Amino acid sequence: MSEMVLNIISGIAYLILAPVIGGLLAGLDRKISARMQRRVGPPVLQPFYDFFKLWDKQPIAVNEAQRFYVFGFLLFVIISGLFFFTHGDILLVVFTLTMASVCFIVAAYSSNSPYSQVGAERELVQTMAYEPMLLLMALGFYLKCGSFSIDTILKAPSMNFIYMPGIFVGLSFILLIKFRKSPFDLSMSHEVHQELIRGVITEISGRTLAMIELAHWYENVFLLGFVYLFFAWSAPWSPALAVLMCLFTYFSDVLVDNCCSRVKWEQMLSSTWLVTLVAGFVNIMFLMYMR
Amino acid sequence: MSLFALLIGVPLIAAFLVFCLRGNGARNAIVPLASAVTMGLSVAAAVKFFGHPEFFKLAAPELPMVIMALDIIAAVVILYYTLVRFKRPWIALLELVQLAAVFWFEKTVGHSIDIAANIAIDNFAMIMVLIVGIIGSLIAVFSLGYMEEFQKEHRDVEDRRPFFFFVIFLFLSAMFGLVISNNLLLMYTCWEITSLCSFLLIGYTQTEEAINNSFKALWMNLLGGLAFAIAIVWLGLEYSTVELSMLVNLGRSSEPVDLAVALLVFCGFTKAAMMPFSGWLLGAMVAPTPTSALLHSSTMVKAGVFLIIKLCPILGANHAGLMTMFVGGATFLFASCAAISQSDGKKVLAYSTISNLGLIVCCAGIGSYEAAWTAIMIIVFHAVAKSLMFLSVGTAEQQLESRNIEKFDGMFCSMPRLSLCMIIGICGMFLAPFGMLISKWAAMKAFVDAGHPLLLLVLVFGSSTTLFYWTKWLGKITAFIPAKENLEEGIHGVQWIALRVLSALTIITCILFPVISQYGVIPYLEVTYQTNMDVIARSNLLIMSMMVILLVVLPLRFGKGRKQKQVVTNLAGENSGDNLSYRGAAGQTIPVTLRNWYMEKWFGEAKMKLCGFILCGSCLLIEFAIILGGAFHV
Repeated sequence: MSEMVLNIISGIAYLILAPVIGGLLAGLDRKISARMQRRVGPPVLQPFYDFFKLWDKQPIAVNEAQRFYVFGFLLFVIISGLFFFTHGDILLVVFTLTMASVCFIVAAYSSNSPYSQVGAERELVQTMAYEPMLLLMALGFYLKCGSFSIDTILKAPSMNFIYMPGIFVGLSFILLIKFRKSPFDLSMSHEVHQELIRGVITEISGRTLAMIELAHWYENVFLLGFVYLFFAWSAPWSPALAVLMCLFTYFSDVLVDNCCSRVKWEQMLSSTWLVTLVAGFVNIMFLMYMR
Repeated sequence: MSLFALLIGVPLIAAFLVFCLRGNGARNAIVPLASAVTMGLSVAAAVKFFGHPEFFKLAAPELPMVIMALDIIAAVVILYYTLVRFKRPWIALLELVQLAAVFWFEKTVGHSIDIAANIAIDNFAMIMVLIVGIIGSLIAVFSLGYMEEFQKEHRDVEDRRPFFFFVIFLFLSAMFGLVISNNLLLMYTCWEITSLCSFLLIGYTQTEEAINNSFKALWMNLLGGLAFAIAIVWLGLEYSTVELSMLVNLGRSSEPVDLAVALLVFCGFTKAAMMPFSGWLLGAMVAPTPTSALLHSSTMVKAGVFLIIKLCPILGANHAGLMTMFVGGATFLFASCAAISQSDGKKVLAYSTISNLGLIVCCAGIGSYEAAWTAIMIIVFHAVAKSLMFLSVGTAEQQLESRNIEKFDGMFCSMPRLSLCMIIGICGMFLAPFGMLISKWAAMKAFVDAGHPLLLLVLVFGSSTTLFYWTKWLGKITAFIPAKENLEEGIHGVQWIALRVLSALTIITCILFPVISQYGVIPYLEVTYQTNMDVIARSNLLIMSMMVILLVVLPLRFGKGRKQKQVVTNLAGENSGDNLSYRGAAGQTIPVTLRNWYMEKWFGEAKMKLCGFILCGSCLLIEFAIILGGAFHV
């Protein structure tokens, strides 16, 4: 029973803390990027200022439907995060995340503007590119720990990373897509001078846009949770290591973001699938036959 | 037992009635009535027999005579079409060979074989009866409205509606017979009748394309029928039995029945349109849409997977099993890739059916408890959602005079109710928390437990390509383009009834699937596998149901909330104010047209078909070579 209480507490903590952590990470990201480019950069709390400003703006929309889909996106991202932090089933988390992505894509399609639609199509290709790796990751945990339940995965007797380094490489690779970092920021970029204006979110403004920001903060936090699973096991000090590894992963993605230029979708799709096959699948074969 | 006689009899009587009373008025009365009765009977049968599996001996001495008579009638019709009406002697040869084989078998060996049970009724058969009874009947009702419009629009096509409805009801009747028969000879007869019915339905319009495609369907299915006949003869000679349940028992006690199993599976492949036999199902598009809906969702292809799933317990780590899972897996992957490059709505649906059937067959090939659970669940979800999709696309085709997905632009505004049906159908086909996803989840678990890494790979890539083509379509119909007029005028009342009921059914099966699993599928598997387990933890099933309910409740908020100022979209020039055109750089007015992405270079149909055909064809050849080698040299 106490375990259930703990799960509920961690779920509530996620609801409250995830946007704070996600916003801070976004702020740090901008600060670090700025320093890499020899700029001073905005204050660390800038994402929060942006968020509140967006929230108070006059509501403007191109149609009635879009806000509804964006709300669906936010809702399903939060729900999938909840499944994660209440130690649910990892496949369920991945599937619900897919549902959220579909809402996001449909929101962009619904505007029927060329920029958003091309953004939506690119976003869709990105989803198609990373989806196999996410599923393979879930399968990898199942093979290693004997269960899809995050509870069991966290209680593994040994560090998961040791048995699944290939899958970790694959996950890090697709996290670049999920965090919308160069070279894979095709569908919407943090820089405004993209060829698609802002791609998926071109036609979204005000409070609706703020909802998308919020959803991304939630999403980033529990995506880093996947990284956490690789480095946490039954040892009492492992959570510290795992958190460090999450920060390290995030930092290296920022680094890659600043070193690379955007690629074409063909290169994105083929490279992601190649990594999925070589790193992910070989690792799965290893887990299936060698252990 | 009399219930089943009624179940087969009512559609049969209805068939002859619509054929003889040719008037529109009579038909408009008979079809809904017969459909309602059939539906009621199938529900009654389900209520009576769910959870009470039973075998019936059906000790009628005239049964073999009836079977032979039906075989001969079917053969005569096929020979008439292949030899007299159209000159296709090769196809006639296929039919003659199998008829001769069955006839010879019945004369020499067949009559001396003692049959313990001609009819086998279990939960799986009842699920099939429900699918055929409810969805099949709804499609028949829908056809009433659809065919009336169809004949108005296609003046050049001869009005053969009495014949059309005759074949549809005959089809339903044969399907009922097929799913409850345990005697393979009886099943073979029903099998042949369904092949014949699909041939007649595909060729309805009598255009050259329709005739060619109908013969394609005929020869592929007759090839399967030939395999069926050989399997019966072999089984009768070697083990002197013609019962499906006996075959499963023999396989369980490790008798070398691989050859018969492989032949039956092959026969299932042809009917379920596995690659390289996928051609006939794609060709079936030329027929009026209700035909496609019937072939794709409740009848025909489902008969193919039905037979394979019946054999599920003795598939698995043997050569018949390997053949089944790899042909299924390859078909799943390549068909879902090919669907990406298609813009014709019905073709996308056809490829999606083929790919789903591939997944079902693949699961059946693995043969474990979990895999069988998954296969049956996919059958249920697919039947409901796919029939809804076909009927919506058919209706949209009539209203827009095109079934190109590009033409569905802005349906959300011009045909709000129809697009809602389509959205429900699409979500039902692939999205969490709807049914198909549960199946994918369970399939993943089954594949990983069975230890087939290659199949896992097929599954993860196949499901992401599936996501791609469905979302693309979903995006097209949700695009918000202000409509000048409502285009839903002229859709018949009966069409709306069928669409509404199917939409509701899609949602209800998604909410109630824990119940379907608990009371429908698990008891069947308990009997077949002698164990009991939860494939997906019950708490997770409940979570999924709750999410569906959430998704149903959520749209009630649609359009409420703070008032928003409406603005125009950002176009590549000055928006002329209605989002429909803009002023370009040279001052000319350019209309906004957006096209979807088809990635022809990556997922071109020809390329995918080539890969799939080569893989599946070689897999079939190799496995049959091994099995035959084993059968003759041991």
